[in-house]
Formats: sequence, C-alpha cells, structure tokens
Amino acid sequence: MASSDEELVRRTAELARLSITPAEAAHLAPQFARILEHFKTLSDVDLEGVEPTTGAFGLRDVLRADEPRASLTQDEALANAPERIEDFYSVPKTIGGDA
Amino acid sequence: MSATIERDGDVWVSSRTGTRWHVVCGLEVHAQLRTRTKLFCGCETSFGDPPNSRTCPVCTGQPGSLPVLNEEALALAVRAALAIGADVAPWSKFDRKNYFYCDIPKNYQISQFDRPYCTGGGIDLPSGRRIRLHRIHLEEDAGKAIHDRGTTTLVDLNRAGTPLIESVTEADVTSPEDAFDYLTALKEILIYVGASNADMEKGELRCDVNVSVHPAGEGWRTKVEVKNLNSFRNVAAALEHEILRQIQAYESGDESRYPVQETRLWDADKLVTRSMRSKEAADDYRYFTEPDLPPVTVSPSFLERQRGMLPELPAARRTRYVRELGLSAYDADVLVADRAVADFFEAAARISGRPKEAANWISNEVLRALGDAQTGASTIDDLPVKPHDLAELIELVAKGTIHTAAGRTVIREMLESGTAAAEVVERLGLEQVEDESQLEDWCRAALEGKDAIVADVKDGKEKALGALIGPVMQASGGKANPQKVREILKRLILES
Repeated sequence: MASSDEELVRRTAELARLSITPAEAAHLAPQFARILEHFKTLSDVDLEGVEPTTGAFGLRDVLRADEPRASLTQDEALANAPERIEDFYSVPKTIGGDA
Repeated sequence: MSATIERDGDVWVSSRTGTRWHVVCGLEVHAQLRTRTKLFCGCETSFGDPPNSRTCPVCTGQPGSLPVLNEEALALAVRAALAIGADVAPWSKFDRKNYFYCDIPKNYQISQFDRPYCTGGGIDLPSGRRIRLHRIHLEEDAGKAIHDRGTTTLVDLNRAGTPLIESVTEADVTSPEDAFDYLTALKEILIYVGASNADMEKGELRCDVNVSVHPAGEGWRTKVEVKNLNSFRNVAAALEHEILRQIQAYESGDESRYPVQETRLWDADKLVTRSMRSKEAADDYRYFTEPDLPPVTVSPSFLERQRGMLPELPAARRTRYVRELGLSAYDADVLVADRAVADFFEAAARISGRPKEAANWISNEVLRALGDAQTGASTIDDLPVKPHDLAELIELVAKGTIHTAAGRTVIREMLESGTAAAEVVERLGLEQVEDESQLEDWCRAALEGKDAIVADVKDGKEKALGALIGPVMQASGGKANPQKVREILKRLILES
C-alpha cells in the first residue's frame, strides 16, 4: 500500500510527465515530505495587512509598441527540432490534447 | 423506446414522463485581437504564411528570452471590454497555465488567472434577453498541430503567441437561439470597435459551449463541454443535439448512460457530439504568476482615451436608423450587420439627404455585388462605387432624369465599371423619354388586342391599367416615364 506521500510523488511526476518506478517513489516520498515540511514554516508568518506581491523587483507596465520585428528563418527555427518534416516540427502522434 | 421531447419556449418537455427540462449553458469565446504583432514578441501575426516562418526565441520559449506586452493588444482588449459595459480592472497580471502538448512550446500558456483585466458586462439580445459576462482575460494562442498527414504529428508555431481575449459568459444561455444571437451580437461588437476581425474561417473567433440540463425546480446537474464548433450554426446545432442527448440519457433511467463531466467534440458531418476524453484526473494547470511579466496598470486616462475611440455600437445604430431615419427594422439589420456597409450607407444618406432610398439601393443592388465574380469585391470598400457615386444616382432618380427601373441598369453598370452615374445614363441613353408622340406610339402598340382591359378601364376599373404599363416600359427599354404612360393610356382608352 503506497503512502499518501508516495501518492503525491506519483501525481507530481505524472503532471511533469516523468515516469518513475514504485521503488523511486518510495525513495523520494520522505524527501518530498521534508521539503514540504520545510516550506510549511512560511505559513507561520503573520501576513495581516500585507498585499500579495506580483514580483521581486516592483516593476510595472513594461510595454512595447505594436511594431513588427524580423522573425527567425524557417531553417533557424527548425535547427534544433527533434525531427523535421518539410517545414514542420515532427513529433510522436498526439491526438486529443488540450486546447 | 426513447421519449419524444418537445420544445415549449425555453423548456424541453418529455412526452413520456411529462418532465419539464431546463437548460443551463455558458459560452467561452476566444477572439483574436487585431494587432500587427504577437502578444509578447515582435513576430507578425500570421495566417496562411509558410509553416514556422513567423516565430522567434520568445514565442518558441527559448531559454533566456523575455516576453514584453504589446500595448495595442491591451488597448484593443480594453475597447472590447468598454463596448460591452464591463469593468476594466485598474491593474491586472499574467499567469502561467501549465500543461504539456506539442503545440505549446513553452509547456505553459501565458494567460490571466486570478487578476483578469476585465470582469462583468453583458450583451442584450434582440429577443430582449440579456447574457451577462463573467470575465474577459488576455492570453496567447497555441500553435497548430496537424494530425492527418503521415505517421507523426506536424507542428507549426506561427500562431503561437497570437493575442487573444477569452470571454466567458455567466450561465445565462438557455437555448440554442440564445447562443446564436449572443455570438452574432458579440462578433458584431468586436468588429465595430476594431478589436478583432472575428473571421471564424481564419480561426479568429472560436467558441466552446458548456451545457447541462435539469428538471424544473431541481438543482443543476453535470455539465458537458462541447468543442470543435466552427460556425454559429454549428454552435446552435451542437447545443440542440447535446440538450436532447442529455435529456434522453437521464430519461432512460440507466445511470451508466447519465452525462459525465467531459469534453465532447461536435461532428458537423454526422450531426452528433462524441466523447473526446473524460476529465477523470481533473485538469491541474498549476497556475502561478508569470515572473517574466510585471503587472500592468490601466490608468483612468488610458481608459478614457480608449472610450473616446469607441464608435456608435450596433444596437444604438439600429435604433437610430429606425427612429430617426425611418428605415424598416429589417433594412436597419441588414445595414448594421457590417460596419463598413453601415458607414457607406450613412455617407450616401447624408450626401443625398434621402436615407430610405440609400438603404434600398444598398440592400437591393450594392450588397448583391459583393462576393460576385463580376466585381471581384468581397467587402463594400472594394467596390468601385463610393457613397457620393450612389448619392448622385439617387438624385438623378429623385429629379426624374431617370426612372427607378433604369436606375437599376445604371447601378449595375456603375458597380461593374466604376463609371459615374450621369455618364452611364448618357452613354446608354437612359434619360427618361418625355416626348409625347413617342410615348403615344408605345402606348398604342400596347393597346393592340387588349379589348378586355380597355372595357374594364372604361368601366372605371383603373387598376386594370397596370397590366399595360409593363409592356410599355419594356418597349421603351425602361426609359418611359411611368406616370406619363399611365396618363396617356387612360386618355387613349377614354377617347376611343
């Protein structure tokens, strides 16, 4: 019977599209638990009256004008494609993903 | 045996159980903003370009690249929000929506999650119903995956990063007709304010539907999402089908057939929806604030500048055409449906001072020339006839220089060749014939052997004259003045 920590590891791996063996899950589960425990200390901080931050630098309103710039050539864009067919990236058949 | 389901307004009634079913439906619409470049990089937005020719390190998610928001995209999005009376947030931020799919090169889509730029608003439908909007947010489009060529999936990233607004309605839609009317009105507004070209064939407008049914008086049931709806007619047809499918499933009493929360695809050939994948592991997008994009402020002055750029909206125009210009509701609809046509009409009406005539010529003749191989024009602006040209024709008819029938010949020639009205009239010799002896010759010819009509007219049945005017007009090539023809015919008959 897998522990709830192992279940969390398995679920996280699934979301990250990583395949792990039950042995790996069992090995990682206590490490996961320690990491999460460590981050729990953050919830002890009193945030009364503190606005949630949206970034570390306090930047706002970085905008650009709607002016075209040169794109990469097709050959440049496809240079590191795992496989190229004509001018497309070619990937394993994947039907019915998200939109 | 499945039950017969009949419509009673917005209620679906089962003939077998007598159950009155209500529909709960919300629409999600993605509209492409009318910018030159993508949302976060300077690549040009693209349609029909060679595959992967409009990409750069930013929109393909290369390490070290930084997205920067396109100000025009924000302006257009704000204008769309103002046009539907929504609240524009004083500031908003971007979030990463994480998922893996081959058309999304970064493995996340930059979207807005908990701080969308716009909430609320609504659209009033011609039926009097109001569809409220829940929110609108900015997001980037994904690329295009092609599955039907060869053994692999082919990916074109030209579309990745294209600016979109996603609008989500409240669950106010209660019938396929509501959905159709809402989409029509939304599209009109987006085009009017210049926010989007909203061309469904180019994928600039896409709609997903969420729908569930429940017996009157009971709580909402499981909702089903329907995708792959590439026209408003398909949205209405898919909704109709899905409503009936869900009701039949519940009425079967067989729990294994009950609707489950899932995404279904509309098959426009077979006219059915079919299951795409069930959401057994509820999507977990792990949204978090996009660290590469700082929050964006919409200042009161920016907001006012965008408000100042809003044109008169379709609903207001329609009302004004009927109330102030005296057009029929039908004509007003026809003209307002396309902003360029409405603008053309207004100019022609203003120059000629005759709005009704302008409306008639446009809906009967000018619009017919669109999509016509002869003119090769797809929009009214492509036509060689401009509003002042039409106004000139209207005046020629009003002054009696030419008859309306001849006017039709003239406008067709104008639309084909771009020649001015007066020139066509002169070249084709269409000026109305006022010469009495010429008119009399035509009338005498028309009277040959028409003793029955002559007798009727003598009996005081003047209506019978109508049957004679047509042949005279034809003989004259549309050049006879029909008023004079009527007088002459009457005189000749009574004198005979």
